[in-house]
Amino acid sequence: MMAYWQNVWDRWQFLWDDRGDGVTYFQWMLSAWGYTVAVAAASLVIALVFGILIGTLRTLSGHRIISAFAAGWVELFRNIPILVQLFIWFFVISELVPGMRSVPGFVLACCALGFFTSARIAEQIRAGIQALPTGQRNAAYAVGFTQFQTYRYVILPQTFRIIIPPLTSEAMNIVKNSSVAFAVSIPELISFAMQTQEETSRGVEVYLAATVLYAVTALVVNRVMAFMERRMRIPGLTLQTQGAH
Amino acid sequence: MIEMKSVSKWYGTTQVLNDCSVKINKGEVVVVCGPSGSGKSTLIKTINALEPIQKGEIWIDGVAVHDKATDLPKLRSRVGMVFQHFELFPHLSVTDNLIIAQVKVLGRRRDEAKKRGLQMLERVGLIDHQHKFPGQLSGGQQQRVAIARALSMDPIIMLFDEPTSALDPEMVGEVLDVMVGLASEGMTMMVVTHEMGFARKVSNRVIFMDVGGRILEDTTKDEFFGKIEDRQPRTREFLNKILQY
Repeated sequence: MMAYWQNVWDRWQFLWDDRGDGVTYFQWMLSAWGYTVAVAAASLVIALVFGILIGTLRTLSGHRIISAFAAGWVELFRNIPILVQLFIWFFVISELVPGMRSVPGFVLACCALGFFTSARIAEQIRAGIQALPTGQRNAAYAVGFTQFQTYRYVILPQTFRIIIPPLTSEAMNIVKNSSVAFAVSIPELISFAMQTQEETSRGVEVYLAATVLYAVTALVVNRVMAFMERRMRIPGLTLQTQGAH
Repeated sequence: MIEMKSVSKWYGTTQVLNDCSVKINKGEVVVVCGPSGSGKSTLIKTINALEPIQKGEIWIDGVAVHDKATDLPKLRSRVGMVFQHFELFPHLSVTDNLIIAQVKVLGRRRDEAKKRGLQMLERVGLIDHQHKFPGQLSGGQQQRVAIARALSMDPIIMLFDEPTSALDPEMVGEVLDVMVGLASEGMTMMVVTHEMGFARKVSNRVIFMDVGGRILEDTTKDEFFGKIEDRQPRTREFLNKILQY
């Protein structure tokens, strides 16, 4: 029995080995984890900015061209597989659009993942806006708010509270989806796992480690969002009564 | 103060307002009654352009509401409106509900706006509830806060769209008391309501509307309630039904 655990322990020792350039596999793993988090975080920022904007534009009544543009955006970015979109950014847009060739791969990967996710967030924003009673909009206009002020002070603050649960899923998805970035040589966790497995043949340990790091990251995101949900809770109001009044 | 000239409105092919003309002078209290679907709520919402009209003219204090070039937010900030379902902003405290439009629309300083808002809250008898959120108040209290919110903007007229219809019977009185107080101070008011007691007590004129959005009667309170036999058959039928119990 003792010998078995000794063996398990020994199998993980490769983490402290030098991979050949003064960097241990453990240090490489941490750096790869950092890339995963960085890609996910930057993509989430892009996804939120464009998702909120596009989702809001889709709900503007009486602006046919704007809402057609927003609807087109959503369909474009959610009808094409994420891996295909990633390749298009790398091999089509960077070739055909002037000046894009000098843009770092990290930025292109974040654009691909961010725009892909923005289509999903836009739909959640739209659903949240449409879930609000129309009376709120009327009341905002009645006190003299412009359309912009109505969204800024009345509609969107309530929308965010409604859509925190699906937004949590989206933030966790973006962490998991960042793994496709290995396909364009971003040195993130999957990239680390594949190369390390080739160099050390420690497939079991390497993929177990990557799995645990993904799970931990997603769990942290989940807890942060749960904290925000509690912080933003409106006294005397639950989501059930918010829609029903 | 307010003049509607031959106002007509359609939803698609359904006519909801049919050649409505109303004049309200400064200091007058006008009650609008009629069966469901007669267009009472639509009529009152056309005054601050929450409902657009297709034909006719609406003038408030010399400003043309029907004119596309009119600055609607500015106009609406001078017209107070109270809704059937209160429509306080649920994510803001009572105090912030009273302040936000004063600051963002009228450009008042925050302390100045707070002073004015709390004066109005005091007057509707809810100064102790200033730190609460709308969801923590009863329906009657919420409606009184909504009246205070409208009054904080120093409106030239107050519009009430069935202000007591969504209230428990016990809470109707506290809201009507506030409205009676306003009327006795000379506030110009247009009130859509089924509260005939209120109409009898404080109104100057009563307008009766029937299905199809037509104004059947526009007469003084004394005539409306005094000589029922002089009323049109449809009005008599309506009055007999609602005054029966």
